[in-house]
Amino acid sequence: MSENGALPLRGKVLTVDTMNANVKKVDYAVRGPIVQRAVQIEKELKEGVKKPFEEVIKANIGDAHAMGQRPITFFRQVMALCTYPQLLDDNKFPEDAKNRARRILQSCGGNSIGAYTTSQGIDCVRHDVANYIQRRDGGIPSDPDNIYLTTGASDGIVTILKLLTAGEGRTRTGVMISIPQYPLYSASIAELGAVQISYYLNEEKCWSLDISELQRALQAAREHCSPRVLCIINPGNPTGQVQSRQCIEDVIRFAAKENLFLMADEVYQDNVYAEGCEFHSFKKVLFEMGPEYSSKVELASFHSTSKCYMGECGFRGGYMEVINMDPGVKAQLTKLVSVRLCPPVPGQALMDLVVNSPQPGEPSYQTFMKERTAVLSALAEKAKLTEEILNTVPGISCNPVQGAMYSFPRITLPERAINEAKAKDQAPDMFYCMKLLEETGICLVPGSGFGQREGTYHFRMTILPPTEKLKIMLNKLKEFHQKFTQQYS
Amino acid sequence: MSFLKEISPLVMNNFLSGTDVLSRYAAQITAEIQQGERRNYNEVLDLSSGDLHRGGIKPITFVRQVLAACVYPALLEDDSLPLDVKQRAQSLLRECEGGSVGSYTDSSGLAKIKHCVSQFITRRDGGVPSSPNNFFINSGSQTALMIMLKLLIRSEDSCRTGVLIPVPTYASFTLALEKQGAAIIPYYLCEEQGWTLQVEELRKALHTGRNTCNPVALYICNPGNPTGHIQSRKSIEEVICFAAEERLFILADEVCQSLVYGDDTEFYSYKKVLSEMGSTISSTVELASFNSLSKSFMGECGLRGGYVELVNLDPAVKEYGRRLLSTRSCPPVVGQIALDLMADPPKSGDPSFPTFSEEVQSIKNMIVKNTGRIQEVFAELPGISCQPLKAGFFVFPCLHFPPKAIQWAKKRQMEPDMLYCLHLLEETGLHVRPGCEYGQRKDSYHIRLFVATQENIMEDALQRLKMFHMRFMKEFS
Repeated sequence: MSENGALPLRGKVLTVDTMNANVKKVDYAVRGPIVQRAVQIEKELKEGVKKPFEEVIKANIGDAHAMGQRPITFFRQVMALCTYPQLLDDNKFPEDAKNRARRILQSCGGNSIGAYTTSQGIDCVRHDVANYIQRRDGGIPSDPDNIYLTTGASDGIVTILKLLTAGEGRTRTGVMISIPQYPLYSASIAELGAVQISYYLNEEKCWSLDISELQRALQAAREHCSPRVLCIINPGNPTGQVQSRQCIEDVIRFAAKENLFLMADEVYQDNVYAEGCEFHSFKKVLFEMGPEYSSKVELASFHSTSKCYMGECGFRGGYMEVINMDPGVKAQLTKLVSVRLCPPVPGQALMDLVVNSPQPGEPSYQTFMKERTAVLSALAEKAKLTEEILNTVPGISCNPVQGAMYSFPRITLPERAINEAKAKDQAPDMFYCMKLLEETGICLVPGSGFGQREGTYHFRMTILPPTEKLKIMLNKLKEFHQKFTQQYS
Repeated sequence: MSFLKEISPLVMNNFLSGTDVLSRYAAQITAEIQQGERRNYNEVLDLSSGDLHRGGIKPITFVRQVLAACVYPALLEDDSLPLDVKQRAQSLLRECEGGSVGSYTDSSGLAKIKHCVSQFITRRDGGVPSSPNNFFINSGSQTALMIMLKLLIRSEDSCRTGVLIPVPTYASFTLALEKQGAAIIPYYLCEEQGWTLQVEELRKALHTGRNTCNPVALYICNPGNPTGHIQSRKSIEEVICFAAEERLFILADEVCQSLVYGDDTEFYSYKKVLSEMGSTISSTVELASFNSLSKSFMGECGLRGGYVELVNLDPAVKEYGRRLLSTRSCPPVVGQIALDLMADPPKSGDPSFPTFSEEVQSIKNMIVKNTGRIQEVFAELPGISCQPLKAGFFVFPCLHFPPKAIQWAKKRQMEPDMLYCLHLLEETGLHVRPGCEYGQRKDSYHIRLFVATQENIMEDALQRLKMFHMRFMKEFS
């Protein structure tokens, strides 16, 4: 460097041209541009700007507590005891909470949740998870060594995709994922440079999965990539469909026949509302299909503390169970997770409580069951309410919300609106949702963020706001839709 | 090899397959002792990881009180909690959607936390401005480093993206680089001069690196892990100039910044030095600085919290980074809250201040005592030497193996320091890490010991090490 400090003019080292090109393809609509606008509007409201509404309703993201759902008392008591063990001497805490806290703390280094754990997760928690899975699946054994605790289910999903992504060009890993899908999948596939293989769910049949459609997608994909993975979200996001047992068996047979690694995203497993619908875990069905399948099909199942009745998104708790994974690959998986050292210990502890919740006879049992039942029945009620009200709107058609936390209704948009959107280089349903936001303060995610059949439009709305607010919101939406349709007819 | 039992073939196999032999062996020994097996020692003494709490240090009371109140707000009605704890918990809960730490936050962290951290940085750097918009809060510095690597490393190119890293460097970072498909360009720190970073060595490494890859980033660890070296201001300036001339993105891993104990030793942040270097450099050199909860006096490794401050990052790239982060939802909220407490601890006059400062001071005192004791013990031992200890949680002494010891290791197809550590564990129950895990110059050997543990534990460890080392050196003389 010369004496006077002068340097030739330089461009930046890291620019949009020099950066990793795959990252540019990453999109995650749930927190995308519409949410950014919603946050901006909230700021404007705070500053006193006049709007046709008083608050922004963030019905875009599956965040139960943000919408007023209360945490489960027992869970927070144990977490407080783990965080500040002096409270173990406080007689305001029930004995069963204290026992669970002591057990968790004993398995932590220095009896502190501030110590690193092994990267696969605390041993006794993995044992408890295995026991939970075994009880849930009618006694089918689960090996704690196949359990990996993760930072939310998302961490596990991305890790498995990374593990399975290989090859180049025509041999590049192809990943089958439903349309519509939760955009973590499309984003991760883009980030990893894998190939997305879309299979369409059948909207006319309540978003069911047809094997023939899986077959079609697979065959077409074989031309340009090496399909290795099949992802299923059950109960579905954004669609809420709950797969029938028959369907799950068919998918397993398909995966076996076509040599595909199954990824079963089951984070909504307690969120089942519709009559006649039941959650069947992929693992259970797999093992009930006999050794021909259960010893062969490779499966990873994912669960989390963010959904169901807990709604503890901010703790980033989760686990995955891997079945029939090649030992060499499993060793690589263990190495891969070691890079990020360990999952957050509060999340690990919380996961332990979810799989090891109060039992009949324990002091906290009654309150726990009351709270759990209240949350799940409120969600069931809101699922029905949403379907009913939306189906009274001409131009909106909503499939039954069988499970999960969202409705994904189809909207009919007038030709003029579609053209105006396209002229602005905007997806028509984004155009619709932006207008909805500006005029009513309701923040939804356009269907284009999840994928949909060409020429169809949808939005995803959570069923999480409290019932009264949900009713108001649905009616405002109804009003808006009618006005919008008229305006652009 | 009279006193050295043969290590079982199973353990050897694990080594060759790359799994963490030492940790597994330590766990195995612990289990065997619990089942009643008799050994020369009652328990494994673990000085292998940089974990304050595992080493027996208690968490900071104020931190845990605030976190507990945030997790279970009914505690706010409790008389036992000090007023400043309640006020802090309340102000943090107000920032959380629905007043719950179970809600998601913005992907780059709660606005209040980013604001608090940016003010901390401004204070630390004597007034150098810092904007909350230039921060990503994350679940620990490893995750933050990985996000930056993802932006920088073009795995689709036939010519690999290169990153300069110091030798020695801690193992999980090297693994992260490999997993991202980066080409690693090692630059050797100068052990004889206290593990200093010499720009000539950087230049040499870069020149060599350019033959095989496209170098874009320079990774610095200051204070160093495992070396404990702390860069002088002049050294930092030289590195920044080098990065400016050679067009390199600086990744400054500063997680150990609060652990400086050497005499006449001061931590200078890369940001501060950069800001004082004349506008051409200060407005162009791209820098990402990393800090975390894990290596602060709070030692809250398990809560997973950290931040990266981005300086002169292209706004369009920052936006892509934000988008990438959004797919990970958000960092754990409990970790975010702990960061707020780290950046804005109790002040003089606050009810919790006396206890807080006493707890922090006692940890500092303990480290100073331990490092003093380590230097005393090593001074008496042949074949082990240590650079002056200035900062960080570790010491990285050099082992001078006699030729016979090196041959013995060669026969067993293991690195001599790894074999030393395995036998040290077997014979005395002391678990430390071998230098081969971090990289070292050819024919040089080291071990890494954690120093932030209770004084009696440190003394126990040093006695075990001394006993083993004397026998070992005698055996192979």
